[in-house]
Amino acid sequence: MHNEHSDTHFQSRIDNGEHIEPKDYMPEGYRKHLIRQMSQHAHSEVIGMQPEGNWITRAPSLRSKQILLAKIQDEGGHGLYLYSAVETLGVSRAELIEQLQTGKAKYSSIFNYPALNWADIGAIGWLVDGAAIVNQVSLQRTSYGPYSRAMVRICKEESFHQRQGYEIMTTMMRGTKDQQAMAQDAMNRWWWPALMMFGPHDSDSPRSGDAVKWKIKRETNDELRQKFIDKTIPQAELIGLTIPDKNFKLDEKTGHYTLSPINWEEFHRVVAGHGPCNKQRLDHHIKYHQEGAWVREAADAYKIKTAKKELVTA
Amino acid sequence: MATDTQLDLWEVFIQSKSGLPYIHSGSVHASDVKMAMQNARDIYTRRGEGTSIWVVPAKHISASNPDDNDMLFDPSNDKIYRHPTFYVMPEGAKNI
Repeated sequence: MHNEHSDTHFQSRIDNGEHIEPKDYMPEGYRKHLIRQMSQHAHSEVIGMQPEGNWITRAPSLRSKQILLAKIQDEGGHGLYLYSAVETLGVSRAELIEQLQTGKAKYSSIFNYPALNWADIGAIGWLVDGAAIVNQVSLQRTSYGPYSRAMVRICKEESFHQRQGYEIMTTMMRGTKDQQAMAQDAMNRWWWPALMMFGPHDSDSPRSGDAVKWKIKRETNDELRQKFIDKTIPQAELIGLTIPDKNFKLDEKTGHYTLSPINWEEFHRVVAGHGPCNKQRLDHHIKYHQEGAWVREAADAYKIKTAKKELVTA
Repeated sequence: MATDTQLDLWEVFIQSKSGLPYIHSGSVHASDVKMAMQNARDIYTRRGEGTSIWVVPAKHISASNPDDNDMLFDPSNDKIYRHPTFYVMPEGAKNI
């Protein structure tokens, strides 16, 4: 089949709302975009376990510890669903991990900020998972079948994460003056980075065009960010948290909130590797990956040994 | 890094309730069937999604080629006698 013809046929399938499956024809650009976006998504789930893992041993109650453990286990599971889905595009798990560890593949910059105290665990669940859900709900309708199915599964599990975070923030806002100050401080530190999770403005997002045309992304960065802002500000106000932005206001005509400009310099600095925890996150991942190598080797050796045994007894 | 192994790929099918079909849920990496079963349980059934799991080595699954779809899934419109509506029922006869 002539390539140009295949690309036209592919686009007409997309325009008809069909899903693309692993063995279907797809343009090289589509495959590349998916590998980059999905692996970045998978890496984010896995690296995102670190700031929260830091608080398992210091959770303030047995209840909150159990919940945090379950949440982190979910994040690990989400990473695995996504890795499986990327692998259907013909890239191996080992390659994906290498790309992460050498810095060739990125993960969400939000995880390069530290979780300094228990209020941060609330802010992460509420704001970071909240932003992730807005993005993921939209991605349930993405055009690549395995990605879409992974998103449906993840969305089902993720909504408890956002509620868990909001519950922590609510509890602290009902507490002492000090607890309220802690919650507000966490809000102040996480608000802007959470808004940056949606990526650059549409006008500065070079790859957005193709991703929308191919229906990998169903809504643009700015549309998703606005959704998140409009849903989150009323939640903040309800429990007495202040939005760390002097200029934010509700536009009565559109029903949308408007904010001060986002500091993109900070965003680009953190993406480029100069956030507070970039090095720590990668070093940790590499260390535990290497220390776990013997487990994978032993499992492989056991497989070979038992296969030989079966051959002898057969 | 060169010798790093990520183990074998297995496909996971889960039956959500007894009597219902097994549906593909995703995949896991594992070195043997025992590990594949354990990983499938941990990854795909943390919230009571299933009552039974199948794990199958991915290399043993054959898939049809999408390029053959026209030929493979031709509904054979010339064999309309495969549909019940092809048959004429006498006036007044009731369906079973």
